[in-house]
Amino acid sequence: MTVFNEFTIRFANVNGSGSASANTMFAKALFRMGIPVSIRNIFPSNIQGLPTWFEVRATEREFFGRREHVDIMVAMNAETYEQDVASLASGGYLLYDSTRSIPSELQRDDLELIGVPIMRLIHPEFTDPKQRQLFKNIVYVGVLSALLNMEFDVLTNMVSAQYRGKDKLIQPNIKALNLGRQFAETYLSCPIDIQVRRTDAVGDRILIDGNQATALGCIYGGATICAWYPITPSTSVAESFERHASRLRIEPETELKKYVVIQAEDELAALGTVIGAGWNGARAFTATSGPGISLMNEFLGLAYFAEIPAVIFDVQRAGPSTGMPTRTQQSDLLSVAFASHGDTKHPMLFPSTPTECFDFAALAFDLAEEIQSPVVVMSDLELGMNELTTDELKWNDARTYRRGKVLNAEQLEGIEKFGRYLDKDGDGIGYRTLPGTHRDKGAFFTRGSSRDEFAVYTEDPGAYTRNMDRLLKKWETLRSLIPEPVFQNNDSNYGIMYYGTTATPMNEVLSILKDEGFEFDTLRIRSFPTGNEVLEFINCHDLVFLVEQNRDAQMKMLLVNDLNIPVEKIYSILYYGGMSISVDFIADRILRILNELKVEVHS
Amino acid sequence: MTFVPKPRVHHPLLDVNEIGLKRRDYEAAVSTLCAGCGHDSVSAAIIQACSELSLPPHRFAKLSGIGCSSKTPSYFLGNSHGFNSVHGRMPSVATGANLANRDLIYVGVSGDGDSASIGLGQFVHVIRRQLNMVYIVDNNGTYGLTKGQFSATNDRGSVSKKGVPNLYAPIDLVSMALQLGASFVARSFSGDKQQLVPLLKAAFLHKGFAFLDIISPCVMFNNHTGSTKSYDYVRDHLEEVVRSNYIAPRDEIEIHYEPGTSKKVQLHDGSQLNLTKLSESYDPSDRIGAMSYVQQALADGVVVTGLLYVEEDINECHDILQTIRQPLNQLTEDALCPGADKLKKINNMFR
Ligand SMILES: Cc1ncc(C[n+]2csc(CCOP(=O)(O)OP(=O)(O)O)c2C)c(N)n1
Ligand code: SF4
Ligand SMILES: [Mg+2]
Repeated sequence: MTVFNEFTIRFANVNGSGSASANTMFAKALFRMGIPVSIRNIFPSNIQGLPTWFEVRATEREFFGRREHVDIMVAMNAETYEQDVASLASGGYLLYDSTRSIPSELQRDDLELIGVPIMRLIHPEFTDPKQRQLFKNIVYVGVLSALLNMEFDVLTNMVSAQYRGKDKLIQPNIKALNLGRQFAETYLSCPIDIQVRRTDAVGDRILIDGNQATALGCIYGGATICAWYPITPSTSVAESFERHASRLRIEPETELKKYVVIQAEDELAALGTVIGAGWNGARAFTATSGPGISLMNEFLGLAYFAEIPAVIFDVQRAGPSTGMPTRTQQSDLLSVAFASHGDTKHPMLFPSTPTECFDFAALAFDLAEEIQSPVVVMSDLELGMNELTTDELKWNDARTYRRGKVLNAEQLEGIEKFGRYLDKDGDGIGYRTLPGTHRDKGAFFTRGSSRDEFAVYTEDPGAYTRNMDRLLKKWETLRSLIPEPVFQNNDSNYGIMYYGTTATPMNEVLSILKDEGFEFDTLRIRSFPTGNEVLEFINCHDLVFLVEQNRDAQMKMLLVNDLNIPVEKIYSILYYGGMSISVDFIADRILRILNELKVEVHS
Repeated sequence: MTFVPKPRVHHPLLDVNEIGLKRRDYEAAVSTLCAGCGHDSVSAAIIQACSELSLPPHRFAKLSGIGCSSKTPSYFLGNSHGFNSVHGRMPSVATGANLANRDLIYVGVSGDGDSASIGLGQFVHVIRRQLNMVYIVDNNGTYGLTKGQFSATNDRGSVSKKGVPNLYAPIDLVSMALQLGASFVARSFSGDKQQLVPLLKAAFLHKGFAFLDIISPCVMFNNHTGSTKSYDYVRDHLEEVVRSNYIAPRDEIEIHYEPGTSKKVQLHDGSQLNLTKLSESYDPSDRIGAMSYVQQALADGVVVTGLLYVEEDINECHDILQTIRQPLNQLTEDALCPGADKLKKINNMFR
C-alpha cells in the first residue's frame, strides 16, 4: 500500500562534507510541494570528520515530533552503518552507495535495499575531488526525487535560485541531480511505496528556525543593541540579528546603522553591556546558552535588584558544565529562575514554535521595560537551530511598544521630590529616569547594595525589607502581564502539562493514547511565573503528567515552590538524553504509568 | 615654569561659571571614605575640572565597579545619574550605556583591584573598543574596601602594613593602555591638584578613550614606609614629563608658551590642549616612544606623571560601528519597527 506525504527520512553523513545544503534542499523541495515538514540536524561538536544525521519528517497529519525509527535511511557514512541500519523501522528503505559492497552481517531481512553506485556515477563526470565529494550529496537527492516521485522542476528551480549570479554552479548541480534521477529511473523500480504528491497542506506557513525568528522578533521589538559571546546553539540569534538589521535598520540618507552588535569578550561583558544600555533607555539583548547563564549570574542579580530591563535568550543545550554542546535539553530552568545570590527570581518565557520565538522576543522587550527587570526567553537547540513548518510571522501595525514607567523632563517638572523606588501605583513598580533627562531633577544613583525609596544608600533593615517586599509585589503584578497557558479541553479526568519544545511531539502522543483508549486535557505552560490556571488545572484532574526534558523535574520544582501545587497528583515524564524527546518515549511512559496505576480505559 | 595658568577664579566656591552654576552644583553627597583618603582628592579635582569647564552636570553619566574608589561617584556631580555596578565590570556597563546614548559624557571610576585583577579582561576590551569615555583608576596598590590585601599594581618588594612583602611583579595599567591603543593616557597623583585638574579637563574634552591612572594613597592600609604607593614615596619618586592645560578656543591668546618647550594639540571641539614639555626628550604624540619611556622609568623606580600620550581625531567606538548620529535610545517605534508590510516580504524568504 502506498503511503503519501507521511514519512521520516534520515541522512547519515560525515560532518563538513557539504551534505547539509543538499539535505536542506531536499526538505525545502517537499515544503514547496505543499507538504509540512520538520527538520532535525543532529550534529557533533566538531567542524569536520565526525558523524552527523539530518532528519526530515514529511507529515500532512502535522506530526512534527521525533520518532525512534525512520522509514528511509540514506546511509552515506560507513562508520555509523550498523547504528543506521538498526534505526530503520521494519519494512523501511536503506539507500546506500553500492560502489563498495556492504558487509552482509549489517544487512537486515526486513528492509528494502536500494544500492546506487554513487561514486562510480560521479567519477567520470567530475574530475575535481572536492566537487566529487560535494556532488555525491546532490546525486542522492536526484535518486530520491525519482524514488519518491518528487516534482523535479521544484528541485531544479531551487538550484537555479540558489546559485543566481553564480551561473557556473547551476549546470553541474543540475547535472548531478540528473545523474541520480536517471540512474534511479533506469535501474530501480520507481516510485517506491512511500511517495509524495503536491498538496496545499502548508497553506501560508513558513519554514524557519527559532533563532532566526527570535532575531526578527528583536528587530520588530525595537532592540537596538545586541551584545553576545559565541556559543552553540545560540550563536545564530546574534548573527541573524546582524544580518537582518543590516538591511532593515539602515538610515537611508547616511547609510549609518540604527543598531549595534558587540561581540563581547565573554558573557559577563555581554550582559553588562545589555544592562548598561537598559539603564540608559535602549532596548538591548544577549543570546547565550547554559554555560553563559552560569557566568552571567552576578549581573542577573544586579539587574534584578537595581531594577534594570534586560532581555536574555537562553538557547538551552545539555549540561551541566559544557555538557553536550550540540544536544538539546530543557535543563536551565532552575539556574535561570533563581540566578544569582540573595533572594532573586527572574521571569521566563517558553516559546514552542519559531512563530512563538518571534512573538515572545518582541514581547520580552515590553515586559522587561514594564517590570524593569531581566526577562529570559527559554528556547533550546531543537527549537533554535532546526527549521519547522510554522505560522507565518505577523505584526500588527497598531501595536505600540510598552516602554514602562519612564519620566521625561516635563513630568519631572511637576514632581516635588522624585523617589526612584517609591511604589506610587501600588503595583511594586517605581518610576525611573534616564541619564541626561533634566537639569536638576530626577538624577539618582543606581547600586546593587541597599538603598531607600529615594535611592539613598542605607543598611537600615527596615528599608531593605520594604524594598525586598516591594520586589515581591512586582512579581505578583508580573503574573497578569505574561502569556497565559494554552488549555485544550477534552473533558478528561487526566491531564498532561508540558512546555517549550516538549509540545512538538504532543499531538501525535495524544493520538496514540486515544487509540489506546485514553483521552487527556492538556495545558501548555508558556511562562514562569504562571497564573493560577496551572493550579486550577491540577486541582481539576485526578492525575497530571508533566513532561520535561531534564533529569530533575525542574518545572515541577518551580511550580511546587511558586504555587504550592499538590505534588502527589503529578507524574513526571523526564527525558534527558540530549536528543529531542520522542513521541514513542512519551507515549510509552504514560501508558506504563497508567497501567501501573490501573487506570481504566475510557469507554 | 613656562606655563602660567589664567587666574580667573578668585573665590571658586561662590563664583558662577559660564552656564551660571556654582561649584556646589557640581558637588554631591558627603564622602564616607577615610579622612585623608586620596580618592577624595580625585573627586574634588573632578568637581573643579567640570565646574571650570562649565560642563552641565546632568549631561554626565558616572559609572563604577566595586571598592572604595568605586564609591566615589556618589561624592561628585550629584545632579547626574550614577551606576555603581559589580566588581570589575564597569567597562561593559559603560559600553552599553555609551552605545545607548552617545551624547552624554561618560566617566568611569575604578580601583586597581577592580581594573587590574577581577576586571582586567574588561579593562583591556573597553580600550580595544575605543569607547568614548574618561576612565579613572584610583590606584592605591591595595584592596581598600576589603582591608589591605595587595593589589596587582603593587610593586614587587613593597611591604604591606603587616610587614609582608609583595612577591609578584606589578601590572602597569598605563603601559597596557598605551599598548592597547588608548588615545589619551595619563598618570597623575591625587595629591597634585595643579597637575590633576588640567589633565582631567583635557580628558573630559578628549574624544575617545581617555585613561588616567591616578596614584591615590590609602591612608588606612597603604601609606606606611615600605609602600611604594604612599604619599611620601610617590612625592619623592615623581617625575613629571608633560604638563597639560586645556584652552577654550577664545582663551587662546591668554596662553603663554615658549616655542620649543610647548606643544599645542587641537581637540575635537576646536579647543586646544597646551602641553608643556618638562622633560626634554618627551614627545606625547609618539606611542612607541611613550611606551619605552614609561618602561625605562619603571625600571629606574621613577613614577612618571603627566600626559603621556594623546592622539586626536581618532575613530571612537561609534565611528567604528558606524552608528547613526542620533542616540539609539531616542529612536522611536517608527524608526525601529519595519512594519507589517515588510514582514510579509520577510515571510516570503522562508517559503
Ligand atoms: C565578585 C566580588 N568579589 C569580591 C568582592 C569584594 N571586594 C569588594 S571591593 C574589593 C577590592 C577593591 O579594591 P580596589 O578596586 O583596588 O578598590 P579600593 O577599595 O582600593 O579603592 C573586593 C575584593 C566583591 N564585591 N565582589
Ligand atoms: S580604606 Fe583606604 S582606600 Fe578605602 S577609604 Fe580608607 S583610605 Fe580610602
Ligand atoms: Mg585599590
